[in-house]
Amino acid sequence: MFEVALSSLWSRRGSVMLTLASLTISMAIVIGVEHVRAQAESSFVRTVSGVDLLVGARTSQVNLLLYSVFRIGNATNNIQWQSYQDIIARPGISWSIPFSLGDSHRGYRVLGTNNDYFEYFRYGDNENLRLSSGEEFSSPLHAVLGSEVANALGYEVGAEIVISHGIGNTSFVNHDNLPFTVTGILAPTGTPVDRTIHVSLQGIEAIHLGYQDGVQVAALSPQPDDPRLAQLEPTQITAILLGLDTPLAVFGLQRAINNYPSEPLTAILPAVALGELWQIIGTLENLLQVISILVLTASLLGLSTMLLSSLRERRRELALYRAIGARPSFIVWLIELEGLAMMAVAAVFGYLLVVLGFGLTQAWLSETYALVIEAWPSSLGIWLYMAGALLASVLLSLIPAFVAYSRSLGHSLLSH
Amino acid sequence: MNAISITNLHYTWPGAERPTLDVPDFQVACGESVFLRGASGSGKSTLLSLLAGILAAPADSVRILDTDIASLTARKRDRFRAEHIGIVFQQFNLIPFLTVGQNLKLAARFTGKSGQAVENRSVELVESLQLHPDLLQRPADQLSVGQQQRVAIARAFINSPEIILADEPTSALDADAKDHFVRLLLSIRESTGCAVVFASHDNSLADMFETKVALADINKVKPQEVTHV
Repeated sequence: MFEVALSSLWSRRGSVMLTLASLTISMAIVIGVEHVRAQAESSFVRTVSGVDLLVGARTSQVNLLLYSVFRIGNATNNIQWQSYQDIIARPGISWSIPFSLGDSHRGYRVLGTNNDYFEYFRYGDNENLRLSSGEEFSSPLHAVLGSEVANALGYEVGAEIVISHGIGNTSFVNHDNLPFTVTGILAPTGTPVDRTIHVSLQGIEAIHLGYQDGVQVAALSPQPDDPRLAQLEPTQITAILLGLDTPLAVFGLQRAINNYPSEPLTAILPAVALGELWQIIGTLENLLQVISILVLTASLLGLSTMLLSSLRERRRELALYRAIGARPSFIVWLIELEGLAMMAVAAVFGYLLVVLGFGLTQAWLSETYALVIEAWPSSLGIWLYMAGALLASVLLSLIPAFVAYSRSLGHSLLSH
Repeated sequence: MNAISITNLHYTWPGAERPTLDVPDFQVACGESVFLRGASGSGKSTLLSLLAGILAAPADSVRILDTDIASLTARKRDRFRAEHIGIVFQQFNLIPFLTVGQNLKLAARFTGKSGQAVENRSVELVESLQLHPDLLQRPADQLSVGQQQRVAIARAFINSPEIILADEPTSALDADAKDHFVRLLLSIRESTGCAVVFASHDNSLADMFETKVALADINKVKPQEVTHV
């Protein structure tokens, strides 16, 4: 019967190909949307782990999370160095990591921090950062690269890089006179860390030494042997990651920081903020999912319509099956098989279309939108969607199948 | 045992006001060849559909090979048709997108037969119909009408049925081809010994058959009264 169904489809290949194209495209949309959703969610929740409180200047918690952890957008304000010292001096604080953001190198963000970052920062399933080569920074002019930065720009340990003030890879002012030396490269994490250049807080200050009122002044620009480099003291930072001795103290400390008298600060629980951010993105994704399912439904209805309208031209063919001894159920199965075969082919083609699409745009997505998408979708949701689509094709093919069935009963097959 | 035995068959199409058939008595012996003459629209096709069990006949009116086909379930009736009755139509005898071989295999499939035996029988039948065995690999819609009608005979005989029903099988053929077709049909019948009911309006072929019957003689419903759906 399989042979018959496939030959039958082939004999009507014009309309079959069009229906197949429509099914393939809608299947690719469904798989693609689900794939991006699953990938985004997993890379999203992996970004930061084990941080009890995230502190920044007064802002919304989503904004703070975006600019500090995801390195999207900019801080509106900074934290004074003194406030940082006050906060980490409080009892119950187990560790802290300062973040200073705002500079870049060829489009990659530069993060000023201290060596606690390498010890305490966690991502994914409570995993530590690991150096794939070299060592941590130990001087103001040392830099440690995320794996993607090193890969994309072809840097190895010992390379010299120049950091520009401000963000973007076409900054007009480059500090050619103050190169940083790459001392280490981190192992891949699948988080924004991969796209970050890490320097010490003093390094950040060094970049800004040559500036006065936001304008580079040549006379003030430091040379690598400038004695001022040894005495640099940070004055401001962008955010603080805090780990506490006991999680129960989180809410007390959060309240205290939010009411910090010297300057307006915000302390957030990263998990709560992640949840809130995910809800915002999740709404959009749910919408996309609904649309993709509707597109698929429309194509499935097209499949049903195509099979139904083919019955008219197949009247004699179907009658002939009965005349040579086919049961009416043969006709039901034949039509069902045709619908199912088309959906199955469309599911495979749709999947391959997605693989091809993400395979070709993977590098571009990663560089431009910081989206790390695997080319081969394999999440459970995708297999469920495929199974659902096949089931739906079986159900919708029942309409033409039963029309054919009822016509094949009690029809004078000999009187064409 | 008769191949076909009709007693008091009344048939009215669902929704029709007047009956199409009222046949008090009609018998076909095993191995008999019958020419059934009737104008188109006289109820010939309806009668053949009832004999084939495609239309459901009333109980105790149609016996095929001593089986009251109304007593069979729909499922068994389809199987019975596949095993015991071969049908040849006026045209559209073959599934156009399948090859000749696939058409023959499909017909065999409905009796549960497959494999080498079917292939051998296909070659044998095609050769005895004076067709080249290479034709088995050709799609049915690439054949000429004459070739298609001959393959239809092979298809009808593939399961070695006891009864062949032919409904105007020659009306699409020219005069020479008609004679040739009927001769082939009857020569294969002789080697298998089955009964043939050959329905046609074309009297010129009647002399080739053992028995000649006019539908108007066995059907008490007059042709002008027939409502044909």
